Amino acid sequence: MFATEDHAEADRLMRICNACRYCEGLCAVFPAMELRRTFLDGDLNYLANLCHQCGACYFDCQYAPPHEFAVNVPQTLSKVRAGSYRAYVWPQAFAPMFEKNGLAVALAAALGVAAFLFGFMAWSDPGVMFSAQHGEGAFYRIMPHAAMAWLFGLAFLYAIVALTMGFRAFWKDIGASGEAVGGGSLWQAVKDAGRLRYLDGGGVGCMNEDERPTDRRRHYHHATFYGFLLCFASTCSATLAHYLFGWEAPYAWYSVPVVLGFVGGCGLVVGPLGLFAAKTRRDPAMADTGRYGMDVAFLAMLFLLGVTGLLLLLLRATPAMGTLLAVHLGVVFAFFLTMPYGKFVHGLYRFGALVRHAMERRAGHSVGEAAG
Amino acid sequence: MAEPSELLTAGADVLVAGGGNAALCAAINAARAGARVLVVEAAPKFYRGGNTRHTRNLRCAHDEGNEVLTGPYPEEEFWDDLMRVTGGETDEELARFTIAQSKELWDYMNEQGVRFQPSLGGTLSLGRTNAFFLGGGRAMINALYRTAEALGVRVVYEAEVVDVEIEDGFFLSATVSHGGTRHRIAAKALVAAAGGFEANIEWLTEAWGPEAKNFLIRGTPYNRGSMLRLLLDRGVRPIGDPKQCHAVAIDARAPKFDGGISTRLDCVVFGIVVNRAAERFYDEGEDFWPKRYAIWGRLVAAQPEQIAYAIIDRTSIDKFMPSVFPPIEAASIEELAGRLELDPAALRHTVESFNAAVRPGSFDPAALDDCRTEGLAPEKTHWARPIAEPPFYAYPLRPGITFTYLGVRVNRRAQIVMDDGKPSANMFAAGEIMAGNVLGKGYLAGIGMTIGAVFGRIAGREAGHHVRN
Repeated sequence: MFATEDHAEADRLMRICNACRYCEGLCAVFPAMELRRTFLDGDLNYLANLCHQCGACYFDCQYAPPHEFAVNVPQTLSKVRAGSYRAYVWPQAFAPMFEKNGLAVALAAALGVAAFLFGFMAWSDPGVMFSAQHGEGAFYRIMPHAAMAWLFGLAFLYAIVALTMGFRAFWKDIGASGEAVGGGSLWQAVKDAGRLRYLDGGGVGCMNEDERPTDRRRHYHHATFYGFLLCFASTCSATLAHYLFGWEAPYAWYSVPVVLGFVGGCGLVVGPLGLFAAKTRRDPAMADTGRYGMDVAFLAMLFLLGVTGLLLLLLRATPAMGTLLAVHLGVVFAFFLTMPYGKFVHGLYRFGALVRHAMERRAGHSVGEAAG
Repeated sequence: MAEPSELLTAGADVLVAGGGNAALCAAINAARAGARVLVVEAAPKFYRGGNTRHTRNLRCAHDEGNEVLTGPYPEEEFWDDLMRVTGGETDEELARFTIAQSKELWDYMNEQGVRFQPSLGGTLSLGRTNAFFLGGGRAMINALYRTAEALGVRVVYEAEVVDVEIEDGFFLSATVSHGGTRHRIAAKALVAAAGGFEANIEWLTEAWGPEAKNFLIRGTPYNRGSMLRLLLDRGVRPIGDPKQCHAVAIDARAPKFDGGISTRLDCVVFGIVVNRAAERFYDEGEDFWPKRYAIWGRLVAAQPEQIAYAIIDRTSIDKFMPSVFPPIEAASIEELAGRLELDPAALRHTVESFNAAVRPGSFDPAALDDCRTEGLAPEKTHWARPIAEPPFYAYPLRPGITFTYLGVRVNRRAQIVMDDGKPSANMFAAGEIMAGNVLGKGYLAGIGMTIGAVFGRIAGREAGHHVRN
């Protein structure tokens, strides 16, 4: 009756949790659970994506293994969450991309880099490719701006379309389509996501290695997420500069695109490294080992985005620029193409779940008195 | 980190027997007083904390509300509540002292790293009087362990006190069994905070008779009362009714031990409860369930085979907190009887007579409404509605034992009182092992944690002082 064994297990756990409720102050998952008495696949996917994997409920639970109830919410919801990425993917034929995701993303990155390297070598003059370039339009002597804009515009557009289709399927399945999304709910979700409100174990920090709470994962996630946003903002500002003012990259050190990109790039280097370190130290009892490849591939891609971008910035006036440009563009291209088929989607579905949760809270109701 | 056997042979100033709320408050305060403290907990690490791991709140008096407690709870009101549930079976001096001291607990627990949250869904009536632990009792006890360990308190798990040496009311040593080896620990003071005997089926059988084998135990299998037994056998004055325990009706499908909160059932007031003979035996609608659940354990224990069945229909299935086990469902009363292995004709007769006796009224689960029966024995005095709309549902009920009342006599310094009435100079008790001094009967939500924390703090402080002097 459930889509997967993971869903059946999540249903079993949610019934236990719903009869206990000690964790309702820890995060959004348990209050959302309390609004239901029975759980469909879509409900479980919603709860799973609402879970930020802070681990507090595992260490706080009197029914965790080795108790015979064997309640392990972080691990189970992690599995359900990974399954939900496959279930909502567009087009469905690409669902297997999630199976060996680490390999798929690594291949895409390698192919992306190789394609740009060979492309540059095939199309541009080796003298330009392997020599120092200076002044306005330096990058475009290697790859014409129009070609770059078209290629990346299309890749980005494809990613947006695929992500939108996946999100629509998710939104429908969790029972939210057809309901009006209020501005208040949206703003609440923006705040909750922006602060990672639910990655703090109810106020003290998430529990990763053991029951001692720490805020490390939250900080590194902030570095990653805001680093990514800054890099995106950098690209947008550069696009504006190009089309509105006709200024051609590379830009000066003190220009908006470079400052944004530099700070963001640092975030993308530090954040994923910290998150990876936290992952290696995570209590294996909570981890869903089956998705290790997907998680690491995503972190590696973000890290590579940051590192190649920073290197390109630092060495843009040297003969290495052509090669670094190829590598960086290759990574970015692969990142765009694999966005809908990797861990990137977690942000989208989690944000959707937070919006849904805010909507439910506004409409909320509660059940009667209980005895102890 | 030293090996457990090294810790046991290294000795200590203060030996704390037990690993729950009272034990840890004592260990923390003794360590703060400068003592070297060793905690011996009979359970493995996961099950540490005895009943504390299943608690969810702490009752404390306070003059003003705060970010969690919704309003003032004056000492006098706390006292009235205690008198109401105990019927006066309390030591007034100790009880008033406990209540006065409970005012300090909010700050104290926060200082030890315990975190609180507003009352849980479905428990709004406790929001003013009881501070709920964020994440529940295991989160709370984890915080106390973190604090204690940071203070240098050493903890050994799976270590049970199997003997104590007491001379003229003076504690000399304890023998602790760990991993098959016995260690004699000569500490300068003992804090006995090892709970009651609710998981000791043989002992329960002594008190209750053979029915006790059908009881379910809500806490861990490690609450065996061995410390209590040793003390009582070594000349300590007992307190509390040795034959009483806190028994509630829980789902009969719960595990034998450690089912905790999630096995409770709140459906009794919405239907009828029958025994193996398919007969009703008590007024299911006497009062609100939170005020009555604690008598139903005893009621079910008095029925044949210590089992009963709550029966409701479609109209009530969503009126109570969801429970961990799904209801047994059937399209007709006869079919339901078949599933429960009850006599179908007898169950049909009981349900039909009940339905016929229901008077019209306006159903209101939030009030003592006027839906009642007339002409039944026993009557159902509130929330009586015909059980007529399929599907029909049943939940099997058994007595679930939470804690026992028998304990050791203490004074307000938490000193254990010997048979001759003299307090011991270096033996202290805290928690469920002495709760009977204050709570001689009945139960008040969260008061076990109050007593444990108040006397745990005092026992730790006094033990620490004793060691220094």
